[in-house]
Amino acid sequence: MKLTSLLASAAMVLGLATGAVAQDKTKVGFVYVGPVGDGGWTYEHNQGRLAVEAEFGDKVETVYVENVAEGPDSERVMTQMALNGADLIFTTSFGYMDPTINVAKKFPNVKFEHATGYKTAPNVSVYSARFYEGRAVQGTIAGMMTKSNVIGYIGSYPIPEVIRGINSAYIHAKKVNPDVQFKIVWAFTWFDPAKEADAAKVLIEQGADVILQHTDSTAPQAAAKNAGNVITFGQASDMGEYAPMPRVSSIIDNWAPYYIERTRAVMDGTWETSNRWDGIGKGMVKIGEISSAVPEDVKAKALEVKEAIASGAYHPFTGPLNKQDGSAWLAEGDVADDGTLAGMNFFVEGIDGEIPQ
Amino acid sequence: MDLSAINPVLLIASLMVAATPLLLAAIGELVVEKAGVLNLGVEGMMITGAISGFAISVETGSPWLGFLAAAVGGAVLSLLFVVLTQLALANQVASGLSLTLFGLGLSSLMGQSYVGIKPPQMADVHIPVLSDLPVLGPILFSHDPMLYLGVGIIAAVWALLKFTRVGLILRAVGENHDAAHALGYKVVRIRVLAILFGGACAGLGGAYISLIRVPQWTEGMTAGVGWIALALVVFASWKPWRVLLGAYLFGGVTVVQLNLQAAGVAIPVEYLAMSPYLVTILVLVILSADKSSAPASLGRIFHASH
Repeated sequence: MKLTSLLASAAMVLGLATGAVAQDKTKVGFVYVGPVGDGGWTYEHNQGRLAVEAEFGDKVETVYVENVAEGPDSERVMTQMALNGADLIFTTSFGYMDPTINVAKKFPNVKFEHATGYKTAPNVSVYSARFYEGRAVQGTIAGMMTKSNVIGYIGSYPIPEVIRGINSAYIHAKKVNPDVQFKIVWAFTWFDPAKEADAAKVLIEQGADVILQHTDSTAPQAAAKNAGNVITFGQASDMGEYAPMPRVSSIIDNWAPYYIERTRAVMDGTWETSNRWDGIGKGMVKIGEISSAVPEDVKAKALEVKEAIASGAYHPFTGPLNKQDGSAWLAEGDVADDGTLAGMNFFVEGIDGEIPQ
Repeated sequence: MDLSAINPVLLIASLMVAATPLLLAAIGELVVEKAGVLNLGVEGMMITGAISGFAISVETGSPWLGFLAAAVGGAVLSLLFVVLTQLALANQVASGLSLTLFGLGLSSLMGQSYVGIKPPQMADVHIPVLSDLPVLGPILFSHDPMLYLGVGIIAAVWALLKFTRVGLILRAVGENHDAAHALGYKVVRIRVLAILFGGACAGLGGAYISLIRVPQWTEGMTAGVGWIALALVVFASWKPWRVLLGAYLFGGVTVVQLNLQAAGVAIPVEYLAMSPYLVTILVLVILSADKSSAPASLGRIFHASH
């Protein structure tokens, strides 16, 4: 009895497998760290997935799993996706790095794309966006618009990506407003609306009239809106529902072109391991519309910074720049190399507070 | 470091707001556990309450109706737990866990069309003279009505458990359901009512986050408060005023640590981040050195035939 049922199910699995081959669809999987409705990071990755579906129609099938914890659980989810016939899997959070490498070893024929990491393999590519370019635009607006000269910054975890953002925003705020001061609060979470809102409120109570966030939910926007005269910026997603105030602009992660390109490469059989790090110029980072609450001269200056970065004429980390302790980092006219940026673990001169180690 | 940037009055006022969702959820769970039932579904009931309250208050424009809907939503979800554990006699731990998972999924389904909407605001209470007092006014007399309701529920539960016959019966059911049954009390009925009360309180706590503390709807926005509420009930030794103390302590240290960070105090941030948990546990463990222990029938399944 048992043997028959075993054989029957084996036959069924085979049948399904051949069925899948017969359809000849490219199956693309996505692993998300938060819910697709977070209005930020995961939301934009999901927009990328929908764009892949829209581009290829019947020729692709996409699957996704949301709220996957970083760590062992993600390995299980990826394995399941690979077993279910995925040809290409996007793993969209920094903490999926080692799990992705582990699973990729077991499935050499499946292609993996890991976001924001740095470990590659013959079938693992990494990709990220130069969010710090957008932070330079934000810093410019923030520095020119603050009246209290106190800018609040909600950090998630003290990892290079977040530190780069803080440094870039600070450098450009300082450039237009020498009196500017940053207050930084580490939330130690990517997503906890209540805590993010509390952090925003605390910063506002302590005099900040600009809130920058590097966490995923829209809670700080809501807190700023309640407080009144405070401006914010959309993070990862446009968060346009809070425009024109408090949200005066945003950094939008635009993954769709990359996802479409990589899916096409798998279909054509031209997929190769790569390490992609694009910014405003290539359209991976977009600057959300600068709202009507921003004075014309500020808007013009911000757009000027944006254009200079997009054309490659200006690098947000251009010397002379010192590290926080006063030691020299970049000489006049030098620009930071990608290696230093990728591993950035120090604040630039002028920022108060220490990076949690 | 600039401690003068911290305004103690605003600090105390905001810690009370931060504590209220936790307080509401914990006092509901306290009553449930006093009746001998362990419902681990607090997180699920909270998030369901958060979206129910949010949706209704957006649709009707009334935060009051929203809170009512949140209480109803939490209670309705807890009915599922009632059916599983009181009628089908299923394991309470497993049922509670599944309630949380179910609540999280259900709420994100219900909330699809409510992302990015601003709910109607509940006006803060303003009492002439009292609210205008320096220091005390902003701390004690200028909050939203729900915050006072939370404290009121704590007082009511305390009085009910300590002084009334109803409270005595509830405790009897929780301590020894067979004896209570032999005395002729309807064990299952009392437990069902307790579970519904717990669900309603959790729902209110969730709606406090989505309507007042944040205020907006985001999937999974309760982010673990329900679990902290469960732990708080245990550390508070099932005593209502200690729940209040624990919740304020937790809310307080959470807000204080954010304030200290923003003021640039040179304590490593990791210690600050874990401090709310540590301080709350420490204080409540010291307090619970007396002989109070869990209700004896906690988590045990009751059937009249046993």
